[in-house]
Amino acid sequence: MEFTVKVNGERWDIDAAPADVLLDVLREKIGVKSPKIGCERGDCGSCTILLDGKTVRSCLVLAVEVDGQEITTVEGIGYEGLSQLQDLFISNNAFQCGFCAPAIVLSATELLDSNPNPTRHDVQEALAGNLCRCTGYEPIIEAVLAAAEGGAK
Amino acid sequence: MVIAKEFDYQRPTTLEEATQILAGHPGSARVLAGGTDLVAWLRDDAVAPDLVVDIKAIPDLHDIKIDGDTLHLGSLVTFSDLINSPIVSEHAPLLAEMAETVASTGIRNRATLVGNICSAVPSCDAGPVLLGYDTTVHMIGPDGTRSIDINDWFVGLRETACAGDEIVSHLTMKVPVHGGVYVKLMRYAGEDLAQAAVGIVAYPGDEYRVAFGAVAPTPIRSTRIEDALRSKPLDEKLIAEVVAMVADEISPIDDIRATAAYRTRICEVMLERGLPAARERLDGTGPAYGTRLI
Ligand code: FES
Ligand code: FES
Repeated sequence: MEFTVKVNGERWDIDAAPADVLLDVLREKIGVKSPKIGCERGDCGSCTILLDGKTVRSCLVLAVEVDGQEITTVEGIGYEGLSQLQDLFISNNAFQCGFCAPAIVLSATELLDSNPNPTRHDVQEALAGNLCRCTGYEPIIEAVLAAAEGGAK
Repeated sequence: MVIAKEFDYQRPTTLEEATQILAGHPGSARVLAGGTDLVAWLRDDAVAPDLVVDIKAIPDLHDIKIDGDTLHLGSLVTFSDLINSPIVSEHAPLLAEMAETVASTGIRNRATLVGNICSAVPSCDAGPVLLGYDTTVHMIGPDGTRSIDINDWFVGLRETACAGDEIVSHLTMKVPVHGGVYVKLMRYAGEDLAQAAVGIVAYPGDEYRVAFGAVAPTPIRSTRIEDALRSKPLDEKLIAEVVAMVADEISPIDDIRATAAYRTRICEVMLERGLPAARERLDGTGPAYGTRLI
């Protein structure tokens, strides 16, 4: 089946089978590798993308479903240099292996877009379900709170 | 891991067209809304349809409307929509309290309330809450529209009263003055299914609705507990009396997430804490919606 989707501002005409999952099409056909293959059942969050501005788990979306929609991944967010949020993740040493990082950047971006002054609880809620095996989450939460204070996007 | 079995995909733009497509594929088509259950099941080979009918291009199914004390929720309303809706927070904040316990933001942005009751797994979060209201499920099929009471909706494990050629268009719920709680035990926030859950709605005149999740093949209402509570002041003695009834009302199993004994005990605790909270919320004094009771 043929469909069209915008990925990080660029239009793609894709030919995929209905059974092809969006995560695989993004990685293999479009070449966007920041959404990671983790649990493939919606639990870990590592495949998170922004679909029309909202986080979704691309392992639970069929590629053909996104016909006409717009996808942003971390490649799109950092296109013109790192966002303030990304800078703060770095200065807080928020990640180690980085496997969870693209998804957490997107989830925190979504949070700050809708709620520029989140409480610690808001941040924890927004990031819940984005599993990180390395950090214990504290530096991640601190970085998002610091970004909020700095009026970051 | 890919989805092993190929299938066709159609995206109708009206409910009528969708039901015609379903009628042409008896027993072999599945309706796709948010997909958070369906895509996982396709991958697991738990379902293997020949055709997937995506209803997301059908307009009007996103509506959240209030008419008098009747709340209308379209079948594409997501859990995030419930959390963000001013109508829901004014007329039935219990729906938002429940929605906030569902998995993660990334799931809630996609998963629909109606899809949740159509999947009809025992831990379905919407079940114990919708059973607390006079809720009607409205469907459309080849022979026209049909409505069914939520009490007749859950037929068995992953089984509902909705026929294969029918599609749910919306729910209507009576939301007169009430106070409610949804208490859910899960191992951690962010992804876990309910190990056990209790939904309670208190109405004026000492009327209560009590329902449990994840402790039977379907979400279940306990009319025996409701009868025992009716028209009596909610004091410690009455609460102890109904808490003692819980073990007979539910039929939990041992599984990877909890033992039956633990599920029973925690249901007792959740009822014990939930009843006064629902009552106080009715009176306008209870803990804010969203406050976790366990
Ligand atoms: S890979 Fe999608 S949530 Fe884990
Ligand atoms: S930094 Fe390794 S998983 Fe989060």
